[in-house]
Amino acid sequence: MLDNLLPIDPEVAARIDALDLSFNTFGIDPYGIDKNDLTRFVSAFAWIYRHYFKVDVYGLENVPSRGRAILVGNHSGGVAIDAAMVMGSMLLDAEPPRLPHGMIDKFIHRFPGASQLMSRTGQFAGNPDQAIRLLRDDRLVLVFPEGARGTAKLAKDADTLVGFGTGFMRLALETKSPIIPFAFIGGGEALPTVANLKTLGRLIGVPYIPVTKWGLPVPKPTRFQLLYGKPMVFEGSGHERDEVCGEMVDEVKTRISDLIRQGRQLREKNITEADLVL
Amino acid sequence: MKVLVTGVAGTLGRLVAMRLIERGHDVIGIDRRPWADAPESIEMYQYDIRKRPAEDVFRTRRPQAAIHMATVTHLVHKSADRMRVNLYGTRAFIHHCHTYGVKQAILVGRHTYYGAAADSPLYHTEDEPPMSAHTFAELADLVAADLYASSALWRYPEIATCVLRIVYTLGPSKHGTLGSYLRGPTVPLVMGFDPLFHFIHEEDAANAIVTALSRKLHGVYNVSGPSPVPISTIVRAAGRRPFPVPATLINLGLRRLALPKLPPAAIDHLKYPIVVDSDAFKRATGYQHRYDERETIDAFRAAR
Repeated sequence: MLDNLLPIDPEVAARIDALDLSFNTFGIDPYGIDKNDLTRFVSAFAWIYRHYFKVDVYGLENVPSRGRAILVGNHSGGVAIDAAMVMGSMLLDAEPPRLPHGMIDKFIHRFPGASQLMSRTGQFAGNPDQAIRLLRDDRLVLVFPEGARGTAKLAKDADTLVGFGTGFMRLALETKSPIIPFAFIGGGEALPTVANLKTLGRLIGVPYIPVTKWGLPVPKPTRFQLLYGKPMVFEGSGHERDEVCGEMVDEVKTRISDLIRQGRQLREKNITEADLVL
Repeated sequence: MKVLVTGVAGTLGRLVAMRLIERGHDVIGIDRRPWADAPESIEMYQYDIRKRPAEDVFRTRRPQAAIHMATVTHLVHKSADRMRVNLYGTRAFIHHCHTYGVKQAILVGRHTYYGAAADSPLYHTEDEPPMSAHTFAELADLVAADLYASSALWRYPEIATCVLRIVYTLGPSKHGTLGSYLRGPTVPLVMGFDPLFHFIHEEDAANAIVTALSRKLHGVYNVSGPSPVPISTIVRAAGRRPFPVPATLINLGLRRLALPKLPPAAIDHLKYPIVVDSDAFKRATGYQHRYDERETIDAFRAAR
């Protein structure tokens, strides 16, 4: 799909080769990831990740280098820059690299181009059956429990958390997957949303269109902080009552709030890396 | 064993019949279409499964097993009696199996039962309900036939009934939904979408059906071969030229030019994947496909 459009970066190609994926004779993995498309796309994205933005990543060693796990974090910024930066850190910084499968809002697969790109890079509509299958296959799944309510936060609320769904916890319990909490700081500065156009968004089939200080939803070059906390393991079947599951969710939410607080202090240079408790 | 095969003159029907003969079974074929060069060892009856003469075949020949393949594919067939063939044909088949003491029945269905949607999981398991039947009238009768066939599992517990949901077949015959779609030198695609297509070599599909028979399989099973491949990759590997058309243009009426054989709702099948999990079938039978994804497409491409 991206042939002739995007050049291949040899370093990125080596990293994609190192992924724990098995490709068939056409270079397609059983979930439809296209090795060639992924390499070309990540090659282009690597420039954005390293030069347009800058990401200070902490606690990368907390993400297991193999086996199932769920990355759970906060949304920050009117479009999913956070997800892209998590992808970048796992593909371009982690040793060995891993491909996170984002559980994305289902509206994205209705759009031409976006649907194709997401399908070829392993990003699926957030569907519990799909997530369970990936985790049982020892993949890394990326979840933002705030959902579209999270990306819709205005700039002033960028470092707060809105309500968490319980879906990710049920996935973790059912598949016995560790949860890796993370905090992403700076999305509110990269894309300071002052308003969201919900009616106009609905007309074209998206939840809302963010309006920034400069109008268009285009992020400006920004330095981000990305903090991965220690894995959290919960015991259960995944079929607990909502109150029981809710308490576990609150534990994760509290942990992410704490990571956000520390990330904020790092950003404002009130603390250094040595002070972090991940 | 005496095995009756409906829809025997179709591509898959012929392959299944040949396999059964190789394995030493007696094959009784029923099809309203002729099979001119059928091997002599096949007892061929050119009847409609819904009509009285077909019932007489069950009555007089008393097969021990029966395989039902007399269904009409939804994507290319526009005839008004499709629904009647699919539903009344299935009903007649199950009824005759029960009345005339057939011990084992296999109903061959399609994986398109699950439907294509933006938010459905990539691998469908047998317990999933058909979520997209309402969007696709042409599919509704196949979904109904599948569910109706499954009702034989509890209606007639004395018959070992097996419903197979097989992915698209592809191969040298150039027949079938996917084969027809790939027929021309240029293949229209929906711009910006590139769903995975799940397909199996037609000989592997025939083997799977015969395997289900020999293992006396009971229940509903998905059947697939190699892992799925994006449609644009299939089109190129088949030596065809992909021709992406924006969905808006298709909806505005260019459908007749670009995709003349497809009903409107079939567009979803060119946007979203239908991929099935066939682990249950493999576990129950030990079945393994022989042709990988490339060999299957090459077999289609090389055939004249």
